[in-house]
Amino acid sequence: MLLRYQRSVAVSATYPPGAPMIPVCPTTALPPGEAIRVEATEPIAVFNVDGDFYAIDDTCTHQDASLADGWLDGCAVECPLHASCFDLRTGKVSGPPAKTPVRTHRVVVQDGTVYVQPGTAADGAA
Amino acid sequence: MRRTVAVVGASLAGLSAARALRAQCYDGRIVVIGDEAHAPYDRPPLSKEFLAGRASLADIALGTPDDTDLDVEWRLGTTAVGLDHLDRSVRLADGSEVRADGVVLATGARARRLSGSEGLRGVHVLRSLDDAVALREDLATAAHLVVIGAGFIGAEVASTARTLGLEVTVVETQPVPLAGPLGADMGAVCAQLHADHGTRLLVGSGVAGLVGTGRVEAVELTDGTRLPADVVVVGIGATPNVEWLADSGVALGNGVLTDARCATSIPGVVAVGDCAAAWSTSRERHVRVEHWTHALEQPATAVATLLGTDRPAPTPVPYFWSDQYGARIQFAGSRREDDEVRVLEGSRADRSFLAVYERHGDPVAVLGVDQPRLFTRWRRQLRTAVLTHS
Repeated sequence: MLLRYQRSVAVSATYPPGAPMIPVCPTTALPPGEAIRVEATEPIAVFNVDGDFYAIDDTCTHQDASLADGWLDGCAVECPLHASCFDLRTGKVSGPPAKTPVRTHRVVVQDGTVYVQPGTAADGAA
Repeated sequence: MRRTVAVVGASLAGLSAARALRAQCYDGRIVVIGDEAHAPYDRPPLSKEFLAGRASLADIALGTPDDTDLDVEWRLGTTAVGLDHLDRSVRLADGSEVRADGVVLATGARARRLSGSEGLRGVHVLRSLDDAVALREDLATAAHLVVIGAGFIGAEVASTARTLGLEVTVVETQPVPLAGPLGADMGAVCAQLHADHGTRLLVGSGVAGLVGTGRVEAVELTDGTRLPADVVVVGIGATPNVEWLADSGVALGNGVLTDARCATSIPGVVAVGDCAAAWSTSRERHVRVEHWTHALEQPATAVATLLGTDRPAPTPVPYFWSDQYGARIQFAGSRREDDEVRVLEGSRADRSFLAVYERHGDPVAVLGVDQPRLFTRWRRQLRTAVLTHS
């Protein structure tokens, strides 16, 4: 009844601002409505919303929980623990109890692969 | 004349009520009355990060910058002592009163205490920020902690105290901890977390009394055993704060009795959160729910009732969680004693699993231990099922 999810990809390097792009996974490995956690010093969550990809910090700013484990509703992700909501496009809190936004990261799709550029805010992000 | 809504209680349910009033376009005056001096704060961290010293008061504050737009008149450090049902006046301990067109009762619950423990230093309950500060100070110089009650608060305090390096013993009257919320089978699995992390758990043990003069020295069990203790935490449940309503005409039982939409027996007065016992159509009785998510979400229903607007449906799937010894326990749904429990993923031995409670083959509740992703999907699935059937 339930799909099995690939939980995460590991990235060995940490990321300074303006860091190079990190390959995350083939687009086919991240179907719409799904998320993947990119392991780094500060983990990143990459989401597929109806074919558009978004990346934000993976850790909820309210309490330690992985947003890649959360629930996608349009461009909002709900934290799996206390239901804090974040807008994937801006990183802003769209529902309490979180008070602090998450950072967004630029996502690029090239030759069927999803890349994330940590430290570079997504276009239109706050 | 400008209308006034008085919210009595300034914790999560009270703050959520103020937010819901504005979200539902109420533009009158909002007065929030709280008996604690503190602005609204989050209670779950009090037994965990805050108790361990890893979270500050600023970290657990519930208010956000957006909340300044709520334009709330705060009356903090003021206790409500009575409600006049004729003009809906809330009487305060300082002799003043707040006359309101609508009243939201959100006075919460207080920790039950152990009789005979009055005035004995080293004995704590944990409900408020001040409780947590006092307990934290006491734990800093203690070596032996005895926790009375192996419910969520007791288990979380035990877990935190272990990380602080204390010797911890947990005493539970029931044969299986957490059997009420999780069922005996799953309660037993979660209780093994204590032993995994070096906490001694004594089940089926009644407490005869506390030993000590001036300061607690030991906990004496009904079988005569004496457990030495520098600090004792009593976690044996909570009592709704409704005594102040005794002469108000508001119908009371185990809390303020309301219908399914939070209306009390007095027009213009609604009740929410830990102090309220709302009618449950499925269980055919009044049910008082003490869960955090309930206090967050229920006020939207109460406010709609108060404003006479479209009423959002009450939360169909109850949810609560607990963090103990680094394990994340999450539960959603409505469990009954004769439900069958099936582990679908992971294993009990690893303390990482997802278990589904089934009634006549249909899933009715789900328990996850360190399975947040699967759990979230099951919780949503239950919600969809409930909405479809209701």
